[in-house]
Amino acid sequence: MHIFANPARFLQLARPLTPWLGWAGVVLIAMAVGAGLFITPRDYLQGESVRIMYVHVPAAWLGMAGWSGIAVASLMQLVWRHPLAAIAARAIAVPGALFTAVCLATGSIWGRPTWGTWWEWDGRLTSMLVLLFLYIAYIALAGASSERGESSRVAAIFGLVGAVNLPIIHYSVLWWRTLHQGQSITLTKSSIDSSLLWPLPIALLGFTLLFAAIVLMRMRALLAQGKVEARLKRMAEA
Amino acid sequence: MKAKHQRLVLALLAVVAIVGAGLLAMSALKDQAAYFYTPADAKRDHVQPGQAVRLGGMVEGGSIRRAADGVTIDFTVTDGKDTVPVVFRGITPDLFKENSGVVAEGRFDASGRFVADNILAKHDERYMPPQVAGEMHKSESLETGAKVKGGRT
Repeated sequence: MHIFANPARFLQLARPLTPWLGWAGVVLIAMAVGAGLFITPRDYLQGESVRIMYVHVPAAWLGMAGWSGIAVASLMQLVWRHPLAAIAARAIAVPGALFTAVCLATGSIWGRPTWGTWWEWDGRLTSMLVLLFLYIAYIALAGASSERGESSRVAAIFGLVGAVNLPIIHYSVLWWRTLHQGQSITLTKSSIDSSLLWPLPIALLGFTLLFAAIVLMRMRALLAQGKVEARLKRMAEA
Repeated sequence: MKAKHQRLVLALLAVVAIVGAGLLAMSALKDQAAYFYTPADAKRDHVQPGQAVRLGGMVEGGSIRRAADGVTIDFTVTDGKDTVPVVFRGITPDLFKENSGVVAEGRFDASGRFVADNILAKHDERYMPPQVAGEMHKSESLETGAKVKGGRT
């Protein structure tokens, strides 16, 4: 990680990596979504609406993985003062919030025909909504402190503390009786039939690669923005 | 100890403390945060008649009866230990069926019957195509009211 303490070296790697990750992600997503729409069978109970899973599950994963990334980057910023950590955390926040919102929206669309309701205040749904609010608060906080030109230590602490919501989301369906179903997939077994399951890992990988490409893009943009601001400041002083 | 290590220890301690506090708080919430009462819980907690609650469990096989007016149904919710008779007027979701999960919103009346204002179907974590499901539940057919044998919960 210390290699990338020099942003120039990071950019050398990030610039060619961005299109590769992005296009690989798009191709995999197209494959998985195509398979999910046209090849896999419908579910015996949910019918066609089961196909929302191929977007809903990756969106939920990235919403939670995004905040895990923010928490790790915040730790690196607070402890090692890594110069890219704050930028990485800020870059993750917006796509993380977006995927969390996609997860909530697709879940709501699925819930209406399946459960008979758009929204219910059960443990899983509520903790996921809290994650979206945490993202929005983080974006506002990090944006405000970067505008004042300080390193965003408050945002880093917030990013670390917010991680407490992640195990709550994960265990909500185990701790509390919820309307949301329990875990279908654990490390060792899956209660989703293999004929329905196989596009899901492809979709997960595809959306993850796309997410990584978006994060690299945003990191490059934030670095460039910092450079522009520094130059404008020098010009104003001169 | 270098300043870097000091910060690391401090940050990790803070994280452990915060996560621990969060987990303790959440597990203490356990019953309050439950989305619905099961029939056994409702009995144990002496839910008062007239109090708005949610009741969840399985629709007992063969218990759905439709009244002559076409919109009133009654059925029995069970959690394996206790059962509660439920009456509901209105439209049920497509997935509402016998031997399947259900959450009813409403209140108990004085006789111990549950009067529901709204019915939600609870979906479980099993996903499978109709062919596979058909093999598992040969006895299940499209006719409503057919008693379903088999492991679907």
